[in-house]
Amino acid sequence: MSRKLFKFKGGVHLSGHKAESNARPLHAAPLPGKLVIPLRQHIGNPAKPVIEVGERVLKGQMIGAADGYISAAVHASSSGIVTAIGPAAVPHISGLPDLCITIETDGRDEWIAHAPLDYQAMAAADLRMKLRDMGIAGLGGAVFPSAVKLDPGAAHSCPTLIINGGECEPWITCDDMLMRNRAGEILQGVAVMRHLLGSTEILVGIEDNKPEAIAAMQAAAQSLDFAIEVVAVPAIYPAGGAKQMIETLTGKQVPSGKLSTDIGIQVFNVGTAYALACAVHHGEPLISRLVTVTGHVLRPQNFEVLIGTPMHTLITLAGERDGSTGALMGGPMMGMPMPDLEVPVVKATNCILVKSAELFPPLPKALPCIRCTRCADACPAELQPQELFRFAKAGDFGRAQEYHLFDCIECGCCSYVCPSHIPLVDFYRYAKSEIWAREKEKRAADLARERHEFREFRLAREKKDKAEKLAAKAQAARAQAALDQAKHAKLPAAPAPELAAAPSDADAKKALIAAALARAQAKKAEVAPKNTDHLLPGTQREIEEIEARRAKIHELARQPLESEEKKP
Amino acid sequence: MPSPFILDRSSVTQVMAWVLAALLPGVAAYVWLFGPAILVTLALATVTALAAEAAMLKARGYPAKPFLTDLSAIVTAWLLALSLPALAPWWLIVTGTLFAIVVAKHLYGGLGQNIFNPAMVGYAVLIVSFPVQMTQWSGPLALTETSLTLAQSATVIFGGDVPKATLDAVTMATPLDALRTGLLQQLTVDEIMTQPIFGQFGGTGFEWLAAAFLLGGLLLWALRIISWQVPLAFLAGIWLAAGFLHFFDAGRFGAPWFHLFAPSVMLGAFFIATDPVSGATTPRGKLIFGFGAGLLTIIIRTWGGYPDGVAFAILLMNLCVPLIDQYTQPRVYGTGGRGKEPPA
Repeated sequence: MSRKLFKFKGGVHLSGHKAESNARPLHAAPLPGKLVIPLRQHIGNPAKPVIEVGERVLKGQMIGAADGYISAAVHASSSGIVTAIGPAAVPHISGLPDLCITIETDGRDEWIAHAPLDYQAMAAADLRMKLRDMGIAGLGGAVFPSAVKLDPGAAHSCPTLIINGGECEPWITCDDMLMRNRAGEILQGVAVMRHLLGSTEILVGIEDNKPEAIAAMQAAAQSLDFAIEVVAVPAIYPAGGAKQMIETLTGKQVPSGKLSTDIGIQVFNVGTAYALACAVHHGEPLISRLVTVTGHVLRPQNFEVLIGTPMHTLITLAGERDGSTGALMGGPMMGMPMPDLEVPVVKATNCILVKSAELFPPLPKALPCIRCTRCADACPAELQPQELFRFAKAGDFGRAQEYHLFDCIECGCCSYVCPSHIPLVDFYRYAKSEIWAREKEKRAADLARERHEFREFRLAREKKDKAEKLAAKAQAARAQAALDQAKHAKLPAAPAPELAAAPSDADAKKALIAAALARAQAKKAEVAPKNTDHLLPGTQREIEEIEARRAKIHELARQPLESEEKKP
Repeated sequence: MPSPFILDRSSVTQVMAWVLAALLPGVAAYVWLFGPAILVTLALATVTALAAEAAMLKARGYPAKPFLTDLSAIVTAWLLALSLPALAPWWLIVTGTLFAIVVAKHLYGGLGQNIFNPAMVGYAVLIVSFPVQMTQWSGPLALTETSLTLAQSATVIFGGDVPKATLDAVTMATPLDALRTGLLQQLTVDEIMTQPIFGQFGGTGFEWLAAAFLLGGLLLWALRIISWQVPLAFLAGIWLAAGFLHFFDAGRFGAPWFHLFAPSVMLGAFFIATDPVSGATTPRGKLIFGFGAGLLTIIIRTWGGYPDGVAFAILLMNLCVPLIDQYTQPRVYGTGGRGKEPPA
């Protein structure tokens, strides 16, 4: 089994810190007294609660239903009483609370009836729906609903399926432990993926710093009825990034702005495959996952944790130590700091990394960029980070986009190697969010303009319709008058017909004019308060504020143009 | 505080310290071959640069410590000092260093903002303003009858009373000067090269100084402080341009080896053209930048008004950097391009 491997550009060699946590056996974390289960644990629409406060729920019972195609359900991780549905602290970079369902567990851990799926007999669409309702989402970190990724779409099949066991971030070992302990189940999940995607080539990529995991997966692959290739890939960060794993194994690059399925490749994390196997073969929705608790703790190790377990209980379990300086969810390269440790473990929680001043000394102050291009050498997206930094800092977001800002995967290699210690990724995140905000503003403005234009069009159309109607009415009146006149004419000794007809015609005209005048007056009265002649001081101020804001927006919108013009 | 939470152990100070360390073989060779005068020049330039840096940081409201300890001012001082004649008067050294630090560096915005290499700006100002004083080169010890001690060198530099005969005995035209003068006297290159100042490849002594700079440069490359593109393209530019001219008229144009083994070329190729701040950043851009600088060096040496052209060549290429960078942007991941188009 020797496969030609390809080298992706850039990357950095990091000290792995894997041995701290992968030497101890895997343990299940005990059932906590309270579970807090966020309704938004995946990319896409948050789940909608389907239970009420006070209701008793069973382990595995759906408590939040998927809302739309790109969404996933959430489930009770244990049996108990729903005590609250409302905002609570969640592990999110913003630190803002989000809608959660709180369950007071009853300690009985009582399951719903298990309903395994006969996936080979089911229609693919039904199976995907089922998986969405089982809450399956990518456990590698992105938590994208797996049902969507398992839809080969118009192509009807996805020839290459890659199972990602790279786990290139330092400190994290949950995928390593999962592969060592549950290799068979992972491959059962892979069989389901293969079935849904119609894949013919299945590759498992594992960094070569995990020999035990590679051996376990290779052993498990022997007993399969389909071919699967377990490949050791060089340990260089970020080899476990989906795009980098694809390039390492196939030599192909995902075209910018496209999906890997466009080149016939789909990638899943090993944890996702395991969750899929549990769902299909045991009818167990995604209610637990492996979490590495490591860093500044007494006994760094991996736990099997119920979703919704507060993070601090796991830190206590691993042995809390003095001198902790906070915790990260994820690894040191891409992880996010936790605002407080009451937040629950969610589907995306692969690692809780407790920091200390020795392990993670405060970063030195940034110096100016000296354009040494070490960042460019390290960038796996093959960008020119020093240029992106320059544009982002100058607020020249147009140029940043031209230099492919949105191809940045925020892996942190550039910040890591920067001799000036510039937090480069931060600048890119800032630039991205600014661009998004402006796009949103622009869309809102476009919408407002469209609305306004449609209103103008509608008014014009109504006016025209009215005029036509009136003209038709007048025509009818004239016809009627002519008819009357004819009748009169038939009568003997009638008065002069012209005299009789003329007043009626004139009357109709007069009535029309009067009606039009009345309407005009009414309209004038209607718009008068909105006129700019007699404004209340408050309204005037409001208008001025709006004008100021608009001027600012115009100025902002002009900036990229000016920089365009500056180009030689 | 957002991710990443770990850093490589590199720093600007470390980068600059390696550059200084890589200059040490050159400095040692200089002392060995030309006497200890260069040490006085280096010390004076260093002190001036640090004082100017501190004063400018204070004037601009920047904290002194992180910027003084980044060693970048000392690198500028050393590069300038090594470009100057070793027996240049003190005020020349001070003027050049001040101009480099105050004008070329800080008035352009300080560390990372200067579009021109500060040391080369300082050098250019001096050679344009004080061409006579810029010829006060001490000759190679192998060719001079006497040599100056460190104290005597300091006396010369600080304008003390030194017998003119002693001074005349130790100063000498550089090989490039000799070539230029010889050509102006309608001598052929072969005739000129019979003078004792010319050695195996370059000038007597000078060629070994060049070799020492080359050694330091290779060290920087081995440590990945500099990339291979700029030095290689620079040397290739020199070699090809000089070789082309020499091939057509060996009597009027110096041999490519001679041009290559001038100390200024090795110093320029590995230590000055590789200055990241004022140089090109893209891989192809670095090749263009280096090659252009090499080409211009030979053009200026051959047809220009000064015997050496490295400083002006690099400054001219500094001017072109924004243009070069813009038109040599490399392919980004997933945007296809030469030979790597993924089959869709």
